[in-house]
Amino acid sequence: MSETKKMLYINRNAPYGTIYALEGLEVVLIGAAFEQDVSMAFIGDGVYQILKGQDTSDSDMKNFSPTYNALGDYEVTKLYVEQESLDERGLTVDDLMPLVYEDEDDDWAEKPSIVVLSRTELAGVMAGQDVLFNF
Amino acid sequence: MLHTVNKSPYRSDSLKLCMAYMQSGDMVLLIEDGVYAAMKGGSSEALVSGSSAKVYALGPDLKARGIGSDKLIDGIEVVGFDGFVNLAAENDKVQSWL
Amino acid sequence: MKFSLMVNEGPYNHQASDTAYNFAKAVLEGGHEIFRVFFYHDGVNNGTRLTTPPQDDRNIVERWSAMAAEHEVDLVICVAAAQRRGIADEDESRRNGKDADNIAPGFRISGLGQLIEAGIQSDRLVEFGD
Repeated sequence: MSETKKMLYINRNAPYGTIYALEGLEVVLIGAAFEQDVSMAFIGDGVYQILKGQDTSDSDMKNFSPTYNALGDYEVTKLYVEQESLDERGLTVDDLMPLVYEDEDDDWAEKPSIVVLSRTELAGVMAGQDVLFNF
Repeated sequence: MLHTVNKSPYRSDSLKLCMAYMQSGDMVLLIEDGVYAAMKGGSSEALVSGSSAKVYALGPDLKARGIGSDKLIDGIEVVGFDGFVNLAAENDKVQSWL
Repeated sequence: MKFSLMVNEGPYNHQASDTAYNFAKAVLEGGHEIFRVFFYHDGVNNGTRLTTPPQDDRNIVERWSAMAAEHEVDLVICVAAAQRRGIADEDESRRNGKDADNIAPGFRISGLGQLIEAGIQSDRLVEFGD
């Protein structure tokens, strides 16, 4: 399996209400071992997955939001968030978890993983992929 | 790229998003409850008729739901599962707007 | 051309498994190859042999099993999703200390890596879900 493919994990579901976000994240973590060119997109209610301050202590569900912090260690460093989805929901990037990765090509400098893109820009990213996964 | 939409446009934003993500040369295939977007006269009609993309609808799903060819928005092409496979094969990838 | 399919919903509740099956059938009839069908999320429920639909309805599980038997289609159920939902083969059942297994013929349980591999190895990945 020497071939490298561009894979985009598209997240359009909010967490907790359904399991798609949690099980989607599990695919991303397992997929990291395959050393493909991966990125994630958060569109629509998917942006709620990385909202700050999630706390499930009163609902007895698994709070999996800390796992997004580990993505950088798995070399998943491109997290595209759609600007229009944030706008529609009255959110800005400051409402999202400050997800970062350490850039090995830049003396392990800490850099933000989240990149806010317009719908048009994200459509271009999507068009440039080889494989699309939707969760 | 082939986009599939399987939700009624009256229940979900999938078709709206799909159309907003459409690139030149892309195609749309309406399947399952997505085929309700193929019916003319509804408030979602402009999403389909206003798109420059070629729009297809899955015949067996139209038929199951009682949507005859006289009820379809002009320009929509009806395909079977063989057509679905051909569309998936002739496009470089498939985006399922679940 | 080599296709892989991903099925994200269980049988009967959602049309996804029907659509995936009919698509898979058309892939084979069209002279193409199916590298793998991967069942994820509630889609793992397509792989229990205990399904007993009414006589006058289709048997979605048996339909998949028959396709696997006839065309050697690789039907893979995600192990993590299966454990959550109580789908087990003999090994899984023993490993988790359960008193029964329920996997249907033609299905096998394996890891998520099988989905990624399907994405890498196939010319097209087509997803069916809610």
